[in-house]
Amino acid sequence: MPDTKTSKLSTTEITHIAKLARLDLSANETTNYSLQLSKALDYFEQISQVETLGIVPLVTPTEIENILRKDEVYKELSSEEILKNAPHKTGHLFTVPPVV
Amino acid sequence: MSRNFEAVIGLEVHAQLKTKSKIFCADSTQFDAGDNENTSPVSVGMPGTLPALNERVVEQAIKAGLALNCHIRPVSIFARKNYFYPDLPKGYQISQYDKPICENGSVEFKLQGKAHQIRIERAHLEEDAGKSTHFGDYTLLNYNRAGIPLLEIVSGPDLRSPAEAAEYAKALRQILRYLDVCDGNLEEGSLRCDCNISVRLRGETKLGTKVEIKNINSFRFIEKSLEYEIERQIEAVERGEKIIQETRLWDPDKNKTFSMRTKEDAQDYRYFPDPDLLPVIVTKEALEKFKKEIPELPLARSRRFTEELGLSENDADAIVSEREIADYFESASRMCGNFKATANWIMTEVLRELNESKLSIIQSRITAENLGALIKLIDAGTISGKIAKTIFSEMWTSEDSPEKIIKTKGLVQISDSSAIEKLIDEVLAANTSQVAEFRSGKTKLFGFFVGAAMKASKGQANPDLVNEILQKKLKGGL
Amino acid sequence: MDLIKASLAEISQAVRTKKISALEVTKFFLERSKKLNPTLNAFICFDETAELQATAIDQKIYQGENPGPLAGVPWGIKDMFCTKGLKTTAASKILENFIPPYDATVVSQLKKNGAVILGKLNQDEFAMGSSNENSYFGAVKNPWNLNCVPGGSSGGSAAALATRMVPASTGTDTGGSIRQPANFCGVVGIKPTYGRISRYGIIAYASSLDQAGPLTNSVTDAALALELMCGKDMKDATCSSQPVPEWSKNLNSSMKSVRVGVLKEYMQDGGLHADVQKTVEKSLSELKALGAEIIEVSVPLTKYAVPMYYLIAASEASSNLSRYDGVRYGHRSNFQSLANLELGEFYSKTRGEGFGEEVKRRIMLGTYCLSSGYYEAYYNKAGQVRRLLRDQFIAAFNQCDVILSPVTAAPAFQLQERISDPLQMYLNDIFTVSTNLAGLPGMSVPFGFSEKKLPIGIQLMAAHFQEQKMLNVGLALESISGMKGLVANV
Repeated sequence: MPDTKTSKLSTTEITHIAKLARLDLSANETTNYSLQLSKALDYFEQISQVETLGIVPLVTPTEIENILRKDEVYKELSSEEILKNAPHKTGHLFTVPPVV
Repeated sequence: MSRNFEAVIGLEVHAQLKTKSKIFCADSTQFDAGDNENTSPVSVGMPGTLPALNERVVEQAIKAGLALNCHIRPVSIFARKNYFYPDLPKGYQISQYDKPICENGSVEFKLQGKAHQIRIERAHLEEDAGKSTHFGDYTLLNYNRAGIPLLEIVSGPDLRSPAEAAEYAKALRQILRYLDVCDGNLEEGSLRCDCNISVRLRGETKLGTKVEIKNINSFRFIEKSLEYEIERQIEAVERGEKIIQETRLWDPDKNKTFSMRTKEDAQDYRYFPDPDLLPVIVTKEALEKFKKEIPELPLARSRRFTEELGLSENDADAIVSEREIADYFESASRMCGNFKATANWIMTEVLRELNESKLSIIQSRITAENLGALIKLIDAGTISGKIAKTIFSEMWTSEDSPEKIIKTKGLVQISDSSAIEKLIDEVLAANTSQVAEFRSGKTKLFGFFVGAAMKASKGQANPDLVNEILQKKLKGGL
Repeated sequence: MDLIKASLAEISQAVRTKKISALEVTKFFLERSKKLNPTLNAFICFDETAELQATAIDQKIYQGENPGPLAGVPWGIKDMFCTKGLKTTAASKILENFIPPYDATVVSQLKKNGAVILGKLNQDEFAMGSSNENSYFGAVKNPWNLNCVPGGSSGGSAAALATRMVPASTGTDTGGSIRQPANFCGVVGIKPTYGRISRYGIIAYASSLDQAGPLTNSVTDAALALELMCGKDMKDATCSSQPVPEWSKNLNSSMKSVRVGVLKEYMQDGGLHADVQKTVEKSLSELKALGAEIIEVSVPLTKYAVPMYYLIAASEASSNLSRYDGVRYGHRSNFQSLANLELGEFYSKTRGEGFGEEVKRRIMLGTYCLSSGYYEAYYNKAGQVRRLLRDQFIAAFNQCDVILSPVTAAPAFQLQERISDPLQMYLNDIFTVSTNLAGLPGMSVPFGFSEKKLPIGIQLMAAHFQEQKMLNVGLALESISGMKGLVANV
């Protein structure tokens, strides 16, 4: 796979990010993402032109009153129903590879 | 501490808040539920599910923060801590990050009579992960704990010895239990501790490389693991080795810490504010309301017991160790007005009975009022201390009031001097040879006459009067 | 009755007064859907219980109960909405066989109001796309021209409606995913104010931008559908407790003294397809003729809307999609044995093969934007500019009641035309993403056709919680457009 070192996101970096995101990428995907995302980021970077000193980032865009939940127990489903979609289960537990 | 080194220790205590339901959904927090019974689409992170914050969690965090002298943030933020692990259902943990609900507090405690003050850097809310169990070739996952509310209390690097660290953790537990925001049950994991520890030469101001010992669930292990780790680090430094920044675990069987995976994979948690949750707002009014609900805390209470009620420091500390014991003490002593006697009765008789029958003080078979009444009867001379012990046992079994037991068993102390005089006359008449020996100088026999007189009264004679009358009769003629 | 032309209220009224049974209505639309679906690929699956649901509605009516204002109205549900007992995939391989044990709040609300769930509609995988070509179940076709895209991500919802496979459908809109396909397919699509509709049970793409909404054949239907979907839900902390007005009853197409804002930035930069330009100009002159006042307004930061949108949406998505890990549900790579499997491999293989190309691209972008060293410059910066953008919009709405604009720069493009250039595809969203960033309500109303006979819509936006103003202008546009009731012939 050619390393696209000149790009903003080199294939080495793509490999690192893919590891963080737990995504197996093919060599093709790695190269493509490197080129495409570098190009996109070059374009996105224009936001750095906006002066934002001291501005608090906006997350929820509308004014919404924070109403908290009462501390009450409600049982919605049995453990069987919770486990119904499990790819692999043992009794009422989910099964995964051995975790050290 | 050996040689010229000092230890620098900071603790991260994860306290499970005492709620009926989880932090972000209505699953029960009950400890011993069946596998994955305390789960729901939210807690196992099913698609489209969202967190809804439990108001009691916020209330308890604020109370804990106030009791730890923290500044309570008017606006605190939940963030996502992103990492993959099978016990983490969503691939991120919801946790407060750069804007925790409580900051900049302190805790005071005493160790061997010396007062210590430890800074609290922050206390923030987060959700617990599930539990993995290793089973043959697999790991099995139970998400009953996923979403249990935790308050992570982070101390400053102010602790200097393993004993201090353990005592600090005990003090925290005591405060949280006083506030009724955490049951402090170590076996059930309601209180877990990570210890950050580094060593440095005395006089050095720079901190050494720290090692984190994770997931300790007993005060003894805090002390033992830190003792081991301090020695290990000092020896390493003395050998000229470099301490590696790592996470270690305590093995209680081998009495050692060991490195927990040495993978050089620096974590990148990619924290960002959780867009599913709104900022937590704490108004001035709410803060004032919670301030009023903070009970008198152990240290202040112990001080009051010594300064105002005249208890010894040891007694006071022992009594305030549990809020319920101190409450019991206050009710009982209010009833009788004798603080020292009440403290003694509680620390000897009451606690012994409770231990034997494995009960907590709120389950005591003798109410505080009845204990107070019993002490009052002793002080009034109605019963002797010895009889009181008998009555106490009777109270424990029957749960009756002391008055009722005295009445039905006829155990009132005989304080009528003519009745005692008559009784003593009979004793002396029956033991003429001993009387003669006494009078010829064998004064040691006095105890024999007291015993005989008490026995003749079935223990009910007022011992002071028995003494007084015996003295008079033996010295004088018959 | 002509079920193809009937409004939601008319169908429900007919069912409630027993002029037609819910079962007959359901059978009609089910049959039509099943006939057209092989051509359009709008449905991912049909609900086997649809006829049973309809029978239950009929029974309620026979017992004298009122099943609600949507009695017997069949709905198509975008596959982003969890439906209890009915496969919900987000058009992804990673959820290919997922059967939720719960309903999204919107779905249970629709059911409570008497709706019949007909099936699940195709879309771009995890709602990431503007062409509906990113579906694990294949692309949806534009019913007006089978060589064109229907738009995305709610492409199935729009195509099904344009051909009357259903009288109403749900969509989700993170950056235009309702309005853009509605525009390409010639139907009405609304994204209300952020917080109006509970997000609970809707598969998350970007939590601070996602909002559900209805796609319908008319503004009146849209107003009714919207009011039945909105309302406080304690399961979604970001769901507003603002009262939900009866928009459908308060509809008023009088344009006297209505101030219609035109965004300077949207019109002057050019790049508009001539047919779109003409359609927008025509809409303005017609509204003016009806008595509206046309005002030029400016929101300079819309210039940065696409970068802001992709940085924020991808970041949130990278985290939202972490739960798809093959542990508790969904696709797990076919490992021979777990015994000697390394955990990292377990995750990476499962996720690497479970997600499609575009989804992985956005997860990569988002992971990068949140990673150590880049957070400040990307996610945080975008959030700051976002606040400024919202504030500029709030200021603009002090001068006008609605803002009118194109939905997209051009009508529907060809299948395959833009799929190979992601950035080009992202720029399609230039007119729609701002409403999501600012949390504003927005809608798309059909207003004409291009020379090549592709529908062209008009976008309307209003201030937070001012859906009524937008709906009123929408109604006025609809009444002069001659587009109402048009059905695409396939």
